Amino acid sequence: MSFLLRYKKEIKTAFKISIPIMMGYSVLGFAFGLLLVSFDYAWYLAPIMSLFIYAGALQFVAINFFNLKAGLIDIAIASWFLNLRQSFYGLSMLKRFKKSGKLKPYLIFGLTDETYALLTTIKDDEQLKKKWYYFFLCLFNQSYWVIGSTLGALVGSSIDFNTAGLEFSLTALFVVLSIEQYKSLKNKIPFLIGAVSSVIALAFVPSDKMLITAIFLSLLLLFVFRNRMEKHG
Amino acid sequence: MVNFDILLAILVMGLVNYFTRVFPFLFFTKKELPSVLVFVERFFPATIMMILIFYSIKDIEFHLYPYGIKELVAIGTTIVLHLLLKNYLISIFLGTISYMILVQFI
Repeated sequence: MSFLLRYKKEIKTAFKISIPIMMGYSVLGFAFGLLLVSFDYAWYLAPIMSLFIYAGALQFVAINFFNLKAGLIDIAIASWFLNLRQSFYGLSMLKRFKKSGKLKPYLIFGLTDETYALLTTIKDDEQLKKKWYYFFLCLFNQSYWVIGSTLGALVGSSIDFNTAGLEFSLTALFVVLSIEQYKSLKNKIPFLIGAVSSVIALAFVPSDKMLITAIFLSLLLLFVFRNRMEKHG
Repeated sequence: MVNFDILLAILVMGLVNYFTRVFPFLFFTKKELPSVLVFVERFFPATIMMILIFYSIKDIEFHLYPYGIKELVAIGTTIVLHLLLKNYLISIFLGTISYMILVQFI
């Protein structure tokens, strides 16, 4: 209790900052939990995944991996590329996380797209003990995700309703993320490369190898068109 | 998949995911990136999002009736909603509802 009192100000500010994420994570987490149990997987896999993986898109795609009985190496490679963007987030956090000591591993674990976006846009309040403020912010955000997905899984496994078509939430998520990417990139080539690689992979390899094939093909094409894309600005 | 395999897969995804997040803290102490990485960082996320759209509808049989029209309509709905309202929760939520209506009632 005294521990919580000591960091009262950090907790309060972190909570206030985290409110927009609360909406997003609880709703999306709920959809994830619902989708997971709609394929008859155990409800407790939702909290386990949200505690130990904690990555939105990857957890949705993971359901497909389970359905396909994908091999561990394929899963590892696909997860790596799927989350490659996260490797660049840390770069802007190197300095900020420097003095966070034993909290640092968790702060790094908590660097989701949304938490990263928050941390880079908010200004640091000099009055706050920063590492604890960051820690509580990450903790709040993850708790929304864990609670949302657990509730979704529990509701989905106790109430019987027709979930046919719910899997489209994954497609919708990627459509929205693509639009956001296009807004900031304003360059069609990477999208065309993604589409062409996917169509080729769909046409020529079995569907359980489609993702890996498309990823490698697209990387190849990206480098073929590298000069053109970089000149394009 | 039996539960043990699923737990193993979750462990692998957890480790790989943490690896992608911890990577710069392990390997980049300076802020300068090699130009190849700057290029990948800038353009690869867009490419992978596009691939994931296709990946998520890969089991639709476009050569059989109704030729993937329901998927295309729902994707179109999601795009229009997102361009108009710019709120990703609304776009995902209503886009999914529109697809559920299409597959359940039509």
